[in-house]
Amino acid sequence: MSAFSLSRPLAYAAVAISMLPMPAFAQSKEVNIYTTREPGLIQPMLDAFQEKTGIKANSVFIKEGLGERVKAEGQNSPADLLIAVDIGNLKDLVDQGVTQPIVSKVLDSEVPANLRAADHSWTSLTLRARVFYTSKDRVKDTNITYEDLADPKWKGKVCIRSGKHPYNVAMIAAFIAKHGEAKTEEWLKGVKANLARKAAGGDRDVARDILGGICDIGPANSYYVGLMRTAKEDEQRKWGEAINVLFPTFSDGVGTHVNVSGAALAKNAPNKDNAIALLDFLASPDVQKLYADDNFEYPIVGEPNPTIKALGTLKVDSLSLTEIASHRKLAAELIDRVGFDN
Amino acid sequence: MTVFEEIAHTSKSRAPLNGWLVASGFVVALVLAPVVALGFIAARGSGELWPHLIRYVLPTAIVDTATLLIGTGSLAAFIGVGTAWLVTAHRFPGRGLLEVALLLPLAVPTYIMAYATIDLMHPLGPIQTAIRAVLGIASPADFRLPDLRTMWGAILIFGFVLYPYVYLATRAMFLMQSACVIDVARTLGAGRPAAFFRVALPLARPAIAVGTSLVMMEALNDLGASDILGVRTLTVSIYSTWVNNSSLGGAAQIALVMLAVVLGLIALERWARRHQRFNTQAQRSRRIAPSPLTGIAAFGAILFCAAPILFGFLFPGLYLLKEAAKVIARDGIAPHLLREAATTVTVASIATVVTVGLGLILAYTARLVRGPLPPFLVRAGSIGYAIPGTVLAVGLLVPLAGFDNAIDGVMRQWFGVSTGLLLSGTGFALIYAYAVRFLAISTGGVESGFLKIAPSLDAAARNLGETSSGVIRRVHIPLLRPALGGAALLVFVDAMKELSATLLLRPFGFETLATHVYSEASRGTYEDGSVAALLIVLVGLIPVALLARASQVPHAEGVRTAGRISSEA
Repeated sequence: MSAFSLSRPLAYAAVAISMLPMPAFAQSKEVNIYTTREPGLIQPMLDAFQEKTGIKANSVFIKEGLGERVKAEGQNSPADLLIAVDIGNLKDLVDQGVTQPIVSKVLDSEVPANLRAADHSWTSLTLRARVFYTSKDRVKDTNITYEDLADPKWKGKVCIRSGKHPYNVAMIAAFIAKHGEAKTEEWLKGVKANLARKAAGGDRDVARDILGGICDIGPANSYYVGLMRTAKEDEQRKWGEAINVLFPTFSDGVGTHVNVSGAALAKNAPNKDNAIALLDFLASPDVQKLYADDNFEYPIVGEPNPTIKALGTLKVDSLSLTEIASHRKLAAELIDRVGFDN
Repeated sequence: MTVFEEIAHTSKSRAPLNGWLVASGFVVALVLAPVVALGFIAARGSGELWPHLIRYVLPTAIVDTATLLIGTGSLAAFIGVGTAWLVTAHRFPGRGLLEVALLLPLAVPTYIMAYATIDLMHPLGPIQTAIRAVLGIASPADFRLPDLRTMWGAILIFGFVLYPYVYLATRAMFLMQSACVIDVARTLGAGRPAAFFRVALPLARPAIAVGTSLVMMEALNDLGASDILGVRTLTVSIYSTWVNNSSLGGAAQIALVMLAVVLGLIALERWARRHQRFNTQAQRSRRIAPSPLTGIAAFGAILFCAAPILFGFLFPGLYLLKEAAKVIARDGIAPHLLREAATTVTVASIATVVTVGLGLILAYTARLVRGPLPPFLVRAGSIGYAIPGTVLAVGLLVPLAGFDNAIDGVMRQWFGVSTGLLLSGTGFALIYAYAVRFLAISTGGVESGFLKIAPSLDAAARNLGETSSGVIRRVHIPLLRPALGGAALLVFVDAMKELSATLLLRPFGFETLATHVYSEASRGTYEDGSVAALLIVLVGLIPVALLARASQVPHAEGVRTAGRISSEA
């Protein structure tokens, strides 16, 4: 009997597992999404999609390992659409060979060419700018470049999240594209020397720490300003109100560094048509307005929300997203080299 | 060696026992499958990252990891052992309450503790605001306490929330330590401190080692709290290698090296106490008579026991309560939260039953079967705890999905039916992952329970005609009940808090409280996650309360049962 003492708990487990909610795959009225984007941010759009088309969108929020999961699942993968919040992560999915080209006339006409892959392997859905939050009380200067963050005058006054976070990696990759490896390393050393605290936490912490007197300036994503200033909590609104938002450029003055949230079509998508229909839907002006108003992102079609618009005009830097993504590994390496997060 | 032990040893070679060995082999194979898969992934990765890692990443990561583990381990051991000794060997006002309450921080996940503490201690938080008000300083720019986002902050935060692993194991050990040993020591002229340092403490060493290594593994595997606190551990480096260099192979390589180091350290500790035996003759033991403390000593004891409860539970708990109350007052309790709570409890319960069952098989085989193989199986079965969750999960995806696709291929070819993914992306994968991850806890718990049962009991039972499974059913399980319960509840609490493997392996629409908190946190809306976070703590309190009750029944209960059983037999 001893060898079989396993069977009982396993049998219980099997019975119990079979009672867990299981998705039904490969039905024509469904579309399955693997997303590294927090699902709460896209759920309103998915609900609207179901209402309009009757197609039910199932989603699962995955952090690291989305591509690996799709790859391991192979031809039986239920995934149709892969959503990510950083150009590097999108490119990774493509490089892992888990995507297929998106054939959609709607996307070709709605999404500006610089915001989608030339080979149709991915498309952007929204834009976000890497802006500076500065203290309303303590920083009067409004003309500060990314390069200036390394200026010793900011010593002990800069807050930033981990250098290894995709948002920062992309910003540093853009810096490499502008100035090359050696200058970027110098710059990172300078920024590191200016940090008021460890590179940790999130973008909102920059605003909070500015209000808390810990620092005066820090890079963060644009939409958090909208989220904080319209937050239901007084605390968050105070953080949002404590800062000014600057749209920095690189020293060439061309424009502000932006990143995207976007999507790719899974290679073995069982509901390919539904997935493309959903993408077309997400790129449509009405839904783009939802993105702008609910999430305070820059839509790829149409106007940003008034709260964001009031911050100033976003002039997007001319670097292509693909080029930024191509410097990503070097950026990560430089962050290690200068011990940015240590 | 006594006659009984000899019988126990001779009985170890009987044929039916091989069944246990086979079962254990099967368990270990299940555990090793993802590790072997990681080995393949690592072998496929190129070694090109290593020069960079060795030059720039690993020096800091290793120093930081070692500092964090030694710091957290020492703090947790200090609090855990100190409080355990105070509540078991002394009597002072509030002792009964403190004894139970000391378990409470178990219910608080480290990432929630880190967030709550940072918020409380922030210049904008209540504490510094109050200090400024008292000092009459208007702006936080003019006066601030040191930032907790440092290594020291991390050690304090981890230590205060993880010490119950040491407390639980050590307290059980102190409770079962025969008062005779202490009495003998005292009779021989040892003072109370000497009896503690030279008798009780060395005897409790296996428990302290197990508890402290659990604490260190928790700290090592943590990702959420490290992210908030800016600590660059090896685990953080593994993730960043994977994500930023798109090199799962490189990440798997670091993970396996880290695993080797962890296994080496554990082996070293066991080797160092290889000649020691810790089981006492259960029949004759009684509890240590608590010595009463009065005056300043009693006050000191209360303070020493209350501080970890305050910092590890009450402060973060009250903080969550306050935040959650705000959200509930505004939005009410979202119905999906209750569904998520139910999912969390269901999955954690199943995982607990499975994991403890598997742990029992391993530990019993090690007791029953002679030779170097069973102890090796026990160690091998425990290695899942030393691998970062998501990395382990990837290692698990590969064999599971491979199995699914193979079945599917065969079914398509022979019957023209597609079976799709049978195991991966289902609850099975999750339970599997939890079992691999937490088998160390259950095996360790059951093993230390077995340690307390003298082999002579087995021998007596076998001598009187019980079979090996009869012995476990009628002798061990009743005696082990506290140890099994303790292991089960620890596994439950850990499974409930598990985040990284759950995120990667779960099916569509599958949300636990931990994943809910994480998704809120990842878009920076911590407040909205506070209700779910509070629910984690509340749900976690249930097993902790059970644990407290179970361990209230001191070992004397087990002893009585043992006495009865041996006399019945």
